Amino acid sequence: MSVTREDVLHVARLARLRLTEAETEQLAGDMNQILGYMELLNQVDTDGVEPLEHVIDHEPGLRADVALPPLPHEEALKNAPDADADHFRVPRVIE
Amino acid sequence: MQPTDIRQTQRLISKGDHSAEAHVSRQLDLIERENPGLNAFTSVAAAQALEQAREVDLKQREGTAGRLAGAVIGIKEAIVEKGRICTSGSKMLASFESVYDSTAVERLRAEDAILIGRLNMDEFAMGSSTENSAFGITRNPADPSKVPGGSSGGSAAAVAAGLCHAALGSDTGGSVRQPASHCGVVGLKPTYGRISRYGLIAYASSFDCIGPLTQSVEDAALLLSVLAGHDPKDATSSRQPVPDYASLSETLSAGIRVGLPEEYFGEGLDPEVKNLVMQQVEVLKAAGAVPVPISLPHTPYAVATYYILATAEASSNLARFDGIRYGHRADRGKMLEELAAEKKQLQKNGGNTATVDSALIRLYKQSRTEGFGPEVKRRIMLGTYVLSAGYYDAYYGKAQRIRRLIQQDFLDAFRSCDVILSPTSPTTAFGIGEKTDDPLQMYLSDIYTISANLAGIPAMSMPAGLHPADGLPVGVQLMAPHFREDLLFAAGRELERAQQSAG
Repeated sequence: MSVTREDVLHVARLARLRLTEAETEQLAGDMNQILGYMELLNQVDTDGVEPLEHVIDHEPGLRADVALPPLPHEEALKNAPDADADHFRVPRVIE
Repeated sequence: MQPTDIRQTQRLISKGDHSAEAHVSRQLDLIERENPGLNAFTSVAAAQALEQAREVDLKQREGTAGRLAGAVIGIKEAIVEKGRICTSGSKMLASFESVYDSTAVERLRAEDAILIGRLNMDEFAMGSSTENSAFGITRNPADPSKVPGGSSGGSAAAVAAGLCHAALGSDTGGSVRQPASHCGVVGLKPTYGRISRYGLIAYASSFDCIGPLTQSVEDAALLLSVLAGHDPKDATSSRQPVPDYASLSETLSAGIRVGLPEEYFGEGLDPEVKNLVMQQVEVLKAAGAVPVPISLPHTPYAVATYYILATAEASSNLARFDGIRYGHRADRGKMLEELAAEKKQLQKNGGNTATVDSALIRLYKQSRTEGFGPEVKRRIMLGTYVLSAGYYDAYYGKAQRIRRLIQQDFLDAFRSCDVILSPTSPTTAFGIGEKTDDPLQMYLSDIYTISANLAGIPAMSMPAGLHPADGLPVGVQLMAPHFREDLLFAAGRELERAQQSAG
């Protein structure tokens, strides 16, 4: 299976990235090389093997349902690229 | 000569031979002199460090100083500190000022550590050479034409050059151990969940571990005793009790079985690296340990398995960087102009203007495109691809199953041995620029470190001597069963004692 230019552009759209022509070519090459290497895994018989999701088995301890002080409003907005007193500002969505 | 480790510095301070303030000001001088060439620190908190040192001196006189009084510690850019710029090596976070402390930093502060500055890294911890930072490359103190390893390259270089006693790094596929090996210091990746990840800027959450880089094994044990423990803010942090690692690991139990995995000593391993690593086996043998040949048969699949799972997790974790709440945002005026021009062009050519992005979607795309560097984009693309419709089972599902087989290899091996010993890296530090054009070769440099992250077990790299040809540091890696960091420290201290008495 080989990754085409169109595949790269499709994945870039999903990942919310814009690629130049040169980057698209480069990534198609890199992805083919790396995904090609990953074909190695097809040598391994994994029938009946459970996927490993958590490396450590531990009790899913829940914390007490007690409200803790939230991040103060002005701190939450402190790193916003664009904000007014109460909100993050974004470009108009409904035109 | 100023001592370079925590324990010796503390002994001098508590005898009254030394003040923390004088110590910190000498460290600051050293940083000023050495850092421009190394670029290990991205920012230095001189005024705050001196202020903290004066507090430590006061507490010392009052007898209320904490366990890390006098320790001068640098923090990897991925681990947040309140009130400081925390970039994770990315242009995306170039001006991001954290509004809270990570749990690890909070615990260091509570024991009176002096936090002297922030350390360079590969962008979002993606890399093995610290060449992927938006803030310049870091150089290896042993040879400035070589990389320090990565992603915690700034942490390893700073400790190796004596700019700080210890540093925090993070290890997702070897990012503490491989740079520790290349720079000649001790680097510990604890058991997954042993140290809280709260405030560690996420790369691949099922792998990410915070770990210390130190001058000595004893310092690593001391730091783990402070850093480990359950944190209600990280549901994956373990509730296992935290032992006093330093006192627990003073002696190596007689007859301890040291497993030597055949897959870690084969093709691709530099013969001189192998020789130095095997000398460490002899040292342990002389101390009563018993070497045992073992096999970890799924080792050849570790790198491929890791790069599927880690990139998948990264693509999901890094979706948060959208230019809305924090981080880099593209210039809005310029973006709107471009969109209008694209629409006009399409109208002129009779194209469908519905294919043009909405302003919000374009803002996400443009901000991410400008904020992320090439390696981060490559991993987001790979991760998005392996998770996309039609490929999920073939890649992600398959890799999760092989991850279990790799973990099972270790569980089986630990029935016939107590610790596993191997090289940390197949070669010494490579040259700057040597692997930047070949991502797969760069990924394969993590070949001996990645499996411990896949299995979630603790592992530590420590110096094994200098390579006779290039004079660069070689590291030996020790691995132990889940939550048995004490075995790593006991074996490590035995090796350290032998090195000290040898010279």
